[in-house]
Amino acid sequence: MKPAPFAYHDPTTIAGAAELLGRFDNARPLAGGQSLVPMMNFRLAMPDHIVDLNGVAELAGITVGETVSLGAMTRQRDIEFHQGLAEACPILREALLQVGHRQTRNRGTIGGSLCHLDPAAEMPAVMTLLDATLHAAAWNKLPRQISMRDFAVDFMDSALEPGELLTRVEFAPWAPGHGWAWREFARRHGDFALAAAGVLVALTPRGDIDRLAIVISGLGPRPVRLTSVETAAAGAKANDALVAAAVAAASRVSAQDDIHASAAYRQRIAGVMAERALRAAFERARAGSPAHV
Amino acid sequence: MGMKFFGASVKRKEDPALLLGKGRFVDDLAMPGMLHAAFVRSQHAHAMIKSVDAAEARKLPGVVAVLTQADLPEPMRDRTLPLYVPHPAIKQIHMPAPLAKDEVRFVGEPIAIVVASSRYIAEDAANMVVVDYEPLPASVDARDAILPGAALAHKGAPSNIATQTPIKIGDTDAAFAKAAHVFREQFHLHRGGPFFIECRGLIASWNAATEQLDVIASSQGSHRFKRTFVDLLDLDDNQVRVVTNDVGGGFGPKGSFYVEYAAVAAASMATRLPVKWIEDRAENFVSTQQERDQHWDVEIAVDENAKLLGLRGKLVHDAGAYMTWGLVLPWIAATSVIGPYVLPAFQLELIVAFTNKITCTPVRGAGRPQGCFVMERMMDRVARELRIDRAEVRRRNFIKPEQMPYKVGLIFRDGRPVTYDSGDYPKAQALAIEQSGYEGFSARKAAALARGKYIGVGLSNAVEGTGLGPYEGATVRISTSGKVVVFTGATPQGQGHKTTLAQVAADHLGVDFADVSVVTADTGTIPFGMGTFASRTAVNAGSSVHLAAIEVAEKAKKIASELLEASPDDLEIKDGGVEVRGVPGMRKTFRELAYNAVGLYGFSMKGDRDPGLEATSYFKPEQSTYANSTHVAEVEVDIETGEVKVTSVLVNHDCGRVINPLIVHGQVVGGVAHGVGNAIFERLMFSAEGQPVTTTFADYLLPGATDMPRVTVTHTETPSPLNPIGVKGAGEGGTIAVIAAIASAIEDALSPFGARIAEMPVSPERVLELIAAGKARAPV
Amino acid sequence: MSESSSEIRDIELTVNVAKRRGKAEPRLLLVDFLRHELGLTGTHVGCEHGVCGACTVMFNGHSARACLLFAAQANGADIVTVEGLANPDGSLNVLQEAFREHHGLQCGFCTPGMLITLTEHLRDNPDTTEEEMRVALSGNLCRCTGYEAIVEAGLDAARQLRDAGKERA
Repeated sequence: MKPAPFAYHDPTTIAGAAELLGRFDNARPLAGGQSLVPMMNFRLAMPDHIVDLNGVAELAGITVGETVSLGAMTRQRDIEFHQGLAEACPILREALLQVGHRQTRNRGTIGGSLCHLDPAAEMPAVMTLLDATLHAAAWNKLPRQISMRDFAVDFMDSALEPGELLTRVEFAPWAPGHGWAWREFARRHGDFALAAAGVLVALTPRGDIDRLAIVISGLGPRPVRLTSVETAAAGAKANDALVAAAVAAASRVSAQDDIHASAAYRQRIAGVMAERALRAAFERARAGSPAHV
Repeated sequence: MGMKFFGASVKRKEDPALLLGKGRFVDDLAMPGMLHAAFVRSQHAHAMIKSVDAAEARKLPGVVAVLTQADLPEPMRDRTLPLYVPHPAIKQIHMPAPLAKDEVRFVGEPIAIVVASSRYIAEDAANMVVVDYEPLPASVDARDAILPGAALAHKGAPSNIATQTPIKIGDTDAAFAKAAHVFREQFHLHRGGPFFIECRGLIASWNAATEQLDVIASSQGSHRFKRTFVDLLDLDDNQVRVVTNDVGGGFGPKGSFYVEYAAVAAASMATRLPVKWIEDRAENFVSTQQERDQHWDVEIAVDENAKLLGLRGKLVHDAGAYMTWGLVLPWIAATSVIGPYVLPAFQLELIVAFTNKITCTPVRGAGRPQGCFVMERMMDRVARELRIDRAEVRRRNFIKPEQMPYKVGLIFRDGRPVTYDSGDYPKAQALAIEQSGYEGFSARKAAALARGKYIGVGLSNAVEGTGLGPYEGATVRISTSGKVVVFTGATPQGQGHKTTLAQVAADHLGVDFADVSVVTADTGTIPFGMGTFASRTAVNAGSSVHLAAIEVAEKAKKIASELLEASPDDLEIKDGGVEVRGVPGMRKTFRELAYNAVGLYGFSMKGDRDPGLEATSYFKPEQSTYANSTHVAEVEVDIETGEVKVTSVLVNHDCGRVINPLIVHGQVVGGVAHGVGNAIFERLMFSAEGQPVTTTFADYLLPGATDMPRVTVTHTETPSPLNPIGVKGAGEGGTIAVIAAIASAIEDALSPFGARIAEMPVSPERVLELIAAGKARAPV
Repeated sequence: MSESSSEIRDIELTVNVAKRRGKAEPRLLLVDFLRHELGLTGTHVGCEHGVCGACTVMFNGHSARACLLFAAQANGADIVTVEGLANPDGSLNVLQEAFREHHGLQCGFCTPGMLITLTEHLRDNPDTTEEEMRVALSGNLCRCTGYEAIVEAGLDAARQLRDAGKERA
């Protein structure tokens, strides 16, 4: 389990990294390495060039304001321990604590996770939930923005073109007092989820739904938003009927069999997770909404 | 002789080096000029090899040699590995060759070995070797393999059946004829693999000048490896030395000699340089032996009071591609069914089938967990059907202590009748029930249910043949330094033998535990050895150290009596010497005595004594000693996801006298973890074509720190009469019965739905299926 | 392919407070560099796909899998391995001694990774609960102990370190 030979490049700027990725064929950017390097050790990935982004300081960093911006090389650890971020977008930390283990979060990056796009990974699902915008750079091309919904194309396949580099991800945090919950079912702590659900909810002062977002992941090739439920929920009561509708929708998300679970089981668990996430998010929203404070 | 160290929780000798990063695992060692090996392995479960082309690989810079079967040295080239344990019931035997010649029988079987200046380059080159296969149909499921017309695991074999033989006690037909109740169950038991954290590995150094093969291996028995090298290469005893240093876990499968080891030795002979091969995890998943599948179809006969009358049925055991250990594994499983119960009649048809998968050999528990599972599930069935408490059914069927020694009526895998030497099974269960709060559980269960929680309790009992022969030896020597050294063939993999054996020796020699060194598993230091498997080391090596140490103490006294001109009866061993009782000045130190015992150049040995202040003993048990345990497990099941959490495990364990409670406790708790894995996590899966599909630690789930409950271990000490120190084995007792206890607990938790557990492991998805099946049987 | 990027590189780094130098081709894994280039064989290789945790080292102050880093990435890094944990006089430190006391190791192969993980955990969570400790250990596999004794050792070490902290204060 030793990687095949490759050439190693350690640029210090985004432009330098983009140039290396653009110039060489079969070049891969190396972020935290927590997914790419195992694949290289199994020789499932055999890049000729590794462009190590760990020395590109301008790729890392967190800013929290009207929008939240996370540099692609921001480590999961730094997101986990960022107090301002935890206040502005608490679901991020809740989901992040299910990502791998202390050691992998110490190295793993938000950008690496988004580009790897494991179908059961938490970060792509949370960014889908937050309607995040991804910024990409490339050599001899203008930077562009890609919405998270368009970014996840298929099974571990992103909208990035060859040579293109994810530089940062941006999203608008929900208003203070919103409810949130991330619920997933994994066989062991830190394993990829067999199914997961993330929920964000904002309530009106009367306690009705003002705005709702639900994401399901781990079933098909990419995270799925339950848009029909979200749309129908606006102005509705945060009640059992809504939960039932979400459970039904979650259980209809297209799923695939693998050695860990059947599609039918994953769908069923998606429903269970959707219900648990919704109920927890409602509770938090009620506790956090001005009417109840 | 006061027992200062025996029975004390002495801190381990092994620990400081391991904690400081100074262990000596095989991959920690390097030799001048050493090369690194990688293997070309079969991509097919079953295929003919049409050709192997290594030309490009040989040209890669850094590659020193590529050996295929044709390149192996004589006489190894056309030999196969030896069958360790022959048995008259084996109809057909297949053993692997050092490198596959023209047929491969499992994915991962070695075809060629590459040696290069680094492992990185060796892997590059291995990927360049082109093997042209002609795929053949594969035998994958043991149940299919035994049907007429099944795909053959070995081309040209008459069938896939290695063995088809009855194992019996008494008259089962008569027992079933008079039974008040007969219940039938079918069980599928999957046992997973060892998955030690240190993979296998060795360094082989062939010295062409002296014609000697030196091997350092990660093993469970250096002497077995040595004998296999001698056999494969027709070498003399003096030409092979095998040493095992620190070993990062074994759990059974590191006890086997694998074909890779022969190929690595051949590579060293071909290159005349030391060659190291360290199995990586990808190889580990396709080449280290596993235990895997058994299918049982059994009926139990009981009278109206739930007393056992008989058990009969069929066991189909998946042997994998080869049978390194013969029938050991299925035989132990079959004979372990009886457990602690009086079973007047028993008939089991044992069928062992070859499949195109990795060879199955004993993994911690070695067939016993399966046998225990079958009987304990049957006990629960009887309890349910007859509406009797599960503990009570068992109570009515226990072998009583006054029946000891108890002849079960079967022949064990050691060739001796299964005769339980000692043990108090009713007491073990009674203690476990009392200590675990089993009696009060139904109230807790009802309270939990009222809160929407599904909790369950299960219990199980096991009897475990341990301390198997033929022997293990020990040389105990007081060297001319005055310090004590013990040499033994026992080959520890974490069990702390260096500590426990030193405890045994120190007491007899009146020295501090720190002044005893224990050298394990070096064939250069003791001629015979069997190694560490089957929970046998405390019994065999422990007894040998005990006997040899007594002899050394006697010898020291004899020499001292000559030097001090005192009667041996007036002498005592004290503080590293021998002194006249009550006269502190009148003493000879061990150092002086050891010098005297070596002799003086040119002078005759006094009193016709053998030289050296040392003795060697090989303790040869007349049969296995039988340890026992009762496990009580509690679980909580999430009926929406099917997730099972094991919330507590209590083990009442009886392994006879305990040399070191700290170590035995650790063995039992660790064994429980292995059983938790077997019960709810670990499953090796293969495609219909025989491709292994669980080949990473993300696919094959070992229990982690958050998956383990607190484990309570209590001890009953029933000394074994079969060895001088009264001990029984402790290495596997934690694992054996916990699997059945967890099954029982899950079934109990799901009793509102009538779910039944007849398999292990059960995944969350399977739990939901079993709930649905239970509801379908008896709608709630 | 640029010439320089495929060449063997000189790596300079700090390991266990000492400046060390070695050579590495780009693909050389950090764990192999530590073990075979620098001779620090205390860090073990268990799976090479980032699951078992046997290779865990402290990398610039945080625990990391040394099988998922290239040696080239460690140029200028500050690394602590199991060899760097002992007291200055070479004796077992509080955590190591607790492992011995509680029988927190059997074969000892996973132990270096366990020690590094717990070293970080106790540094960052001096008031750790058992649950937090088990979660912290969830990225390290042990096949011998069933984890219980490791957790007990960790909790005991935490107590001792807290007590020592109070004494100093």
